[in-house]
Amino acid sequence: MQYSFILNGKPVQVTAEEDANLLWSLRERLKLTGTKFGCGVSLCGSCTVHIDGKPVKSCITSLSQAEGKRVTTIEGLSEDRSHPLQLAWIEEQVPQCGYCQSGQIMQAAALLAENPNPNREEIIKHMNGVLCRCGTYLRILKAIEKTAQKV
Amino acid sequence: MEKQIESQGLSRRKFLKVGGGITFLVSAVGLPALVFKKGELAESKQISAWVHLASDGSVTIYNPASEMGQGTMTALAAIFAEEMDADWSKVKIEDAPVEPDIYGIGWGGERGGSMLTVGSRSVSAHYNNLRQSGAQARYVLLSALAEKWGVDRKELKTDSGVVFHPKSNKKITYGEIVEFVKIPGSVPEIPDSDLKNPKDFKLIGKDYQRYDVPFKVDGSAVYSGDIHVPGMVYAAIVRSPVNGTQPELKNESAIRGIKGVLNLVSLKHGIGVVANSMETALKAKSMMEITWKGDTKAKSHNSQDAYEEYEALSKSSKTGSIVAQAGDLNRELPKAQKTIQADYKNDYIYHAQMEPLNAVAHVKADSAEVWVGTQAADGTRNDVANHLGLDFKSVNLHTCYLGGGFGRRSMTDFVIEAVDISKAVNLPVKLQWTREDDLQYGAFRPISLQKLEAGIDQNGNINSWKHVVIGTGGGLLGSGADIPFYDIPNKLIEVRNIDHGVRTKHWRAVGHGPNKFAIETFVDEIALEQKKDPYQLRRELMKNHPRELAVLDKVAEMAKWGSPVPDGRARGIAFAERSGSLAAGVCEISVDRSTGKIKVHKIWGSLDGGVVVHPANAKYQMEGSLVMGLSSVLFESITFKEGQVEQSNFYDYPILRMEDAPEEIILEIIPSTEKPTGIGEAGLPFMGAIISNAFAALTGTRLRHMPFTPEKVLEVLSS
Repeated sequence: MQYSFILNGKPVQVTAEEDANLLWSLRERLKLTGTKFGCGVSLCGSCTVHIDGKPVKSCITSLSQAEGKRVTTIEGLSEDRSHPLQLAWIEEQVPQCGYCQSGQIMQAAALLAENPNPNREEIIKHMNGVLCRCGTYLRILKAIEKTAQKV
Repeated sequence: MEKQIESQGLSRRKFLKVGGGITFLVSAVGLPALVFKKGELAESKQISAWVHLASDGSVTIYNPASEMGQGTMTALAAIFAEEMDADWSKVKIEDAPVEPDIYGIGWGGERGGSMLTVGSRSVSAHYNNLRQSGAQARYVLLSALAEKWGVDRKELKTDSGVVFHPKSNKKITYGEIVEFVKIPGSVPEIPDSDLKNPKDFKLIGKDYQRYDVPFKVDGSAVYSGDIHVPGMVYAAIVRSPVNGTQPELKNESAIRGIKGVLNLVSLKHGIGVVANSMETALKAKSMMEITWKGDTKAKSHNSQDAYEEYEALSKSSKTGSIVAQAGDLNRELPKAQKTIQADYKNDYIYHAQMEPLNAVAHVKADSAEVWVGTQAADGTRNDVANHLGLDFKSVNLHTCYLGGGFGRRSMTDFVIEAVDISKAVNLPVKLQWTREDDLQYGAFRPISLQKLEAGIDQNGNINSWKHVVIGTGGGLLGSGADIPFYDIPNKLIEVRNIDHGVRTKHWRAVGHGPNKFAIETFVDEIALEQKKDPYQLRRELMKNHPRELAVLDKVAEMAKWGSPVPDGRARGIAFAERSGSLAAGVCEISVDRSTGKIKVHKIWGSLDGGVVVHPANAKYQMEGSLVMGLSSVLFESITFKEGQVEQSNFYDYPILRMEDAPEEIILEIIPSTEKPTGIGEAGLPFMGAIISNAFAALTGTRLRHMPFTPEKVLEVLSS
């Protein structure tokens, strides 16, 4: 089957089977590997991307659900790591192993796009679905709070 | 040296051209032809394999350890750059080639051990070696310049990649020296007196950013699952649910008939399916109907019954393996004025690194290429070579970032699987484990029962200490069981092991997690029994150990131990060492008595890690290990029923989410000039005890079985 959508601002076409999945299509067919596989069942958030600006877990999203939509991955959040959250992530030195951080940043970016000045409780509620095993949560919080103040 | 290079079929000219600068060793990245012959090693060890200096002044330092989030790729390069006096802003860091003779390190810091990245040892083991190697690189540059300028090398001064000759007022950059530098046949060992005075350090102990962070905010850091090789196919495996059982596929033709399935590969412990897409491989995997054959030891294992087996074994008069002993415990304990006893338990736990295991392998007729994030670079290469019957030089291992290791990625089982499948289908293969695979075919921190008994003398002092650790996992059980910093005249610490036939493995801090939980909770119990402050009791026990005492005092001061606690909250304190580092912690908790949920509001931690190369990252490692420790203490439990793991994904094996992170973590590092020690695990071992101790202070009841789930909390509260 042929799928067409806007990926990081550019139209793309993908040929894949009917049950193609968005995460594996991004990673294996389009070779955008910043979006990670973590649990496969929407419990960890490592695979978070945006569809029409809303955060979705790409691991449980079929490729057909992206048809005609705007999909944004970590690679498309900015061209040069210049999104305010990416800058804050660097300033706060957030990542350790880094594996979950694309998902963390994409989830946080969706929050700030909707609510530029969330309080701590709102941040935690919004971010709670994205797991980190290295224990970077407090710095993620700090990076989001700092960014929110600047935006 | 030129001769050596030529004799290996590569002219010096080509060497320079390929490298675009000077690499201080023949074994450079991108030059696989330049593999050492055994006879050359002795000589080549004398020069630096660690750096490539380009004429534009950029400096590439080779990272000898796996980067799994602990940040040592930056710290190790900083040690080298410090003594080379390189311009840090021009430093790039690349993984070293898999050459353990050069990049390996022994446990005592001797060159040429293994490249195994475990036990928080990277900085501590490499510290002297990298200072020496950095100083040697500087020596090579200065010697060449001295000859060129006709001056005494000792008259040359350096500052961040620039060399000055004060007498003649001349200066030159390291990059400019590349044009004329000669690689000497050998470089002398630089005496300690010629290494930098620590007061002149510009990097070690200072603030600088991690090298890997920018690549981890835009998705460009490469983990092994991100690798694409032309012609690559996808593989998934159904593995034995009970360790040791063997598969018999019932619906082979149906699986082979799935569109896109290319092949099936029988393995001893499972069946692999190879497909033209990841989706198809995973779908075919989920559709396999397999009967598992074989009566294995694991089949009789029910983990919640194991504690009774351990209790029975504890009554045996046969002593297990001794971890430590002093005085005459068996004589003195019966004479004690009073004895105090307690038992502690901990369930199996799972690594749960965020990146499920994966590897890319391409096995050819007489060679193999592998891409993997591993804690055991040379071990993996050797295992692959041995498995395929190849010389290890025929195995080209590309190291990648690790999406967490925590001990799991020092095993090579998943790489061997990828190799087996690639060999069977004669194609490059990406093998992906699902989260369920990663959990159910995990290798766990072992379950244990800890029996502690203390004898109190007529003066109220602890005179005897008996600690028996009973569990599975053999050598994994004993780490951290000794208490060398507590002066107790009679002690006997032993481990008794039962093999259940299930897979166990090092898990961040290994036995220190369960053992320090038991020890430090028991000390608290003794203090309460003796009506002593638990902080003061520890002070008494470690009064002859000034470094330990300073760490304990520091955390007590930070947390204002003894000051009033907000209503509904209480604090707990504990001390633990790990990998040579000393750490102490205090936490402040509250408990929801209706739900049984513990909330950890604040954690204070103090650390003595000797010379700390990268303090900001060291603190962050401690923070991370506290949070991971907290997760394990509150939530995590793997159980076996008839040898089968009962959990499968994050819904029944929850790990800590942001809502349960402490509100605040306050850490301090104690300044030290002692040799560096391992930091990456140091915060984890005391977590069980500080929470149990705070819980006891708050409720008057005691949690003695990790994890402290709401059910266990409610049970303890109602008892």
